[in-house]
Amino acid sequence: MLRQIEGSRAVAETVALCRPEVVCAYPISPQTHIIEAIGAMVASGALAPCEFINVESEFAAMSVSIGASAAGARAYTATASQGLLFMIEAVYNAAGLGLPIVMTLANRAIGAPINIWNDHSDAMAVRDSGWIQLFAETNQEAADLHVQAFRLAEELSLPVMVCMDGFILTHAVERVDLPEQPQVDAYLPPYEPRQVLEPDDPVSIGAMVGPEAFEEVRYLAHLRQLDALERIPAMATEFEEVFGRPSGALVSPYRTEDAEIVVIALGSVLGTIKDAVDARREAGDRVGVLGITAFRPFPSDAVREALSRARSVVVVEKAFSIGFGGVLSTDVAMATHDTGCTLRTIVCGLGGRPITRRSLEEAFAAAAQDELDSLTFLDLDHEIVERERTRMTTTRRSGPSAENILRDIGTVASRMD
Amino acid sequence: MFQVRIHGRGGQGVVAAAEILSMAAFAEGRHAQAFPSFGSERMGAPVVSFCRIDDRPIRTHEPVMEPDALVVQDVTLIHQVELFAGLSTDAYVLVNTSRSFDELGLGEFFGGFHPDRLLTCPATELALEYLGRPLPNAVLLGGFAALTGQITLDAIGTAVRERFPGAVGDRNMAAAAAAFRFVTLEEEEMVHASTD
Amino acid sequence: MTTQPVRFYQVGSFAVGNRLLDDDGRTVQSDPNRTNSLDSGHRACQGCGEALGARYALDAAMRASQGRLVAVNATGCLEVFSTPYPETSWRIPWLHSLFGNAPAVATGVAAAMKAKGRPDVRVVAQAGDGGTVDIGFGCLSGMFERNDDVLFICYDNEAYMNTGVQRSGATPPAARTATTEAIGSVAGNPFGQGKDLPRIAMAHDVPYVATATVADLHDLEEKVERAMQVHGARYLHILVPCPLGWGSASSDTIRVARLAKETGLFPVFEAVDGKVTGVSPIRHRTPVEEYLSIQGRYAHLFGEHPRTDIISRIQAMADRNIATYGLLAEALADTDPKGVDV
Repeated sequence: MLRQIEGSRAVAETVALCRPEVVCAYPISPQTHIIEAIGAMVASGALAPCEFINVESEFAAMSVSIGASAAGARAYTATASQGLLFMIEAVYNAAGLGLPIVMTLANRAIGAPINIWNDHSDAMAVRDSGWIQLFAETNQEAADLHVQAFRLAEELSLPVMVCMDGFILTHAVERVDLPEQPQVDAYLPPYEPRQVLEPDDPVSIGAMVGPEAFEEVRYLAHLRQLDALERIPAMATEFEEVFGRPSGALVSPYRTEDAEIVVIALGSVLGTIKDAVDARREAGDRVGVLGITAFRPFPSDAVREALSRARSVVVVEKAFSIGFGGVLSTDVAMATHDTGCTLRTIVCGLGGRPITRRSLEEAFAAAAQDELDSLTFLDLDHEIVERERTRMTTTRRSGPSAENILRDIGTVASRMD
Repeated sequence: MFQVRIHGRGGQGVVAAAEILSMAAFAEGRHAQAFPSFGSERMGAPVVSFCRIDDRPIRTHEPVMEPDALVVQDVTLIHQVELFAGLSTDAYVLVNTSRSFDELGLGEFFGGFHPDRLLTCPATELALEYLGRPLPNAVLLGGFAALTGQITLDAIGTAVRERFPGAVGDRNMAAAAAAFRFVTLEEEEMVHASTD
Repeated sequence: MTTQPVRFYQVGSFAVGNRLLDDDGRTVQSDPNRTNSLDSGHRACQGCGEALGARYALDAAMRASQGRLVAVNATGCLEVFSTPYPETSWRIPWLHSLFGNAPAVATGVAAAMKAKGRPDVRVVAQAGDGGTVDIGFGCLSGMFERNDDVLFICYDNEAYMNTGVQRSGATPPAARTATTEAIGSVAGNPFGQGKDLPRIAMAHDVPYVATATVADLHDLEEKVERAMQVHGARYLHILVPCPLGWGSASSDTIRVARLAKETGLFPVFEAVDGKVTGVSPIRHRTPVEEYLSIQGRYAHLFGEHPRTDIISRIQAMADRNIATYGLLAEALADTDPKGVDV
């Protein structure tokens, strides 16, 4: 049913349709509206049977989910940024134990400096954990991916996180076609655990594994993620059959058939990129876009296929590995190292810095002229940076850099001397 | 695509205003996107919200850099925040005030704009009269409908009543209708003035 | 398989299977048909108090729940020695997640059972002192605060033993550990630190809190039984001597535990809804020296230059406990053999 609805709310209502049995809630901007909405549905009886537990930390949220999932219940939680890091031990634990927990990650920057706005540093921090990571471009996709996430998780016995850009998607009110309960029930059967804590059939879960078998256990998890490379497209096809609209899949190409330059990105920025690409197309540049929906497992084959006719790939990303380079870029480079494509990285949107169509257009135009640097920080204020560097060179006690920069751009009241 | 930017302070319903506008567009079968410039919850801080309306799906997620219409809910922001960034001279501007643009010190800045697209509306006064509370957001949307013609008052009514059911919604709509009439009258007077 | 009833002829002792008791007064451990939740073949040290405590507690919990029990285990000695790859010695459903999250994981299991309409399946969470008072503290407090339906058992051997005997928030004053060495004038773990988890649990107003030791099997089993009669957050704190970490003889484990109680250093009591409702009185009041002198972790208090000042302070602690909890049964006319004043 078509609704004009806030992204968080769309996700909450869709998750409720998936019949989770245990939902853990610990609030962190910008995920709060999701768990509040689910909490209200449980309290009103609209979502039942479901235990909604207000936990004391994100570490507890994932831990409670682990216990619930191991006991055979469909478990769900949501977090972002600092919360994800606080639970990171449990995040790895859930994947290692093979528990099909689904989590919404409302992408938000990781501090310090503390920053509540969107970027992808949080998702990137756990990309090696063994969780499947799906990125939504729109709120429609965010809702739909959750339905697929539960099914994918339970089929493969792997946890799945659905990433949606904090504030940009979570707090945007847009048109979403919400699924109906019979559709979800037809697509997502009740959870049948592969392993479960059951008094009638006791098992021990979570024992230590030594050098003699650890590698094999890890490799098996890797194989299961590779299975997802086939399951995800198949499930997307079935999704379209049941819900009547295409959704999911590993990648989403846009005007790549004859593109010389392909722009690759994750999440909501793809919409702005497509507008910029259309403008460049009108100017005569042969540019296309490849949105990556399944980031883990990384769809190397699909990416290579989309780049097969391109000579250059531009990765637009909202994460950065300090001291090295782009994060998504590294993955793309590894997947395409022998394709002959040149790779350019544009880092943008860090800490919620707006990404404008105009700036992207300029960058794509430069790429078409082979004038784009290998690494660009979009809209970076170099003067401000230089000012702080000079300050640090001339004074030992130069003070906190972040405060100095804020003062320079006029945000913080000047010091009273 | 028609892009709107709404400025105000926390607690004045700036975010809700953009959402209601998007819901009104939805009620008319159009595509719409509403979102705030975000921050931690705090009353009184400057807040900006955005709304895009289009007949086709809206893909972009950048902030509204070049608004076709600007709504200013709180005049104390005028010399404190960069309200007018990206405005083209064709833009519509609706300011919540009982003073004129000149009295607000904006006469010179808006010299090159279309005078019939720069209007004021005493939304806070109307809100106090009809709602008993200084909440000008839904009221201003009535003025917006009259000023830009992008949305009907009826659609605003549907959205407002969905957002604020019962008596609250009705009172908001009464105030919005009053704002609609006020702005319409203002427009007519301006047309008369220019033809005199 | 035919069973033979086991006959023990000691009277008034703590021996298992006292034949002068009625059947329902006998311990679970005396029952050859007990679950043996923690089965033989695990890799615990000789004389391990925790292995004993876990077996006692879980078998009692299994009886109380008619075999419908799930156990959640924190990282630590118990988890490590009970599941040496590729074996497990657990006969009950058992989950190990992390070091600091046993209470939260147990909350999740309990929630799942509730959502699935299976309130008959009970949940026990268990951890050592480190996993309880230190790294698990936040999750434990959350579990208490929400009154989640979990029985949390702390096996307290007063240090991080599995990693090599390092100090925890439960390590008593003057004890030597690898991170509180007795070097020079430093006499082991400082005074004035440490958490009293039973009292902290009581401060959360949870339905049931109790302390016990492996020296009194009847008492321990009864407390587990009583805890299992109740729903909500329940806490059981069991003193389990560690021969390796305490430097005591492996044959002395039960004796050391008994001395901890008889000196007053480890008060044995139970509390309902935040108030102490009963204590296990001291039978033979014992000076702390007798307890300290048989443990290597206190060896630096003795010898050529005994630290009588420190021993006095420890004695003062014991005396304070005796006064606070009323551990001396002066007025105990009819000596309840099980020693628990209900």
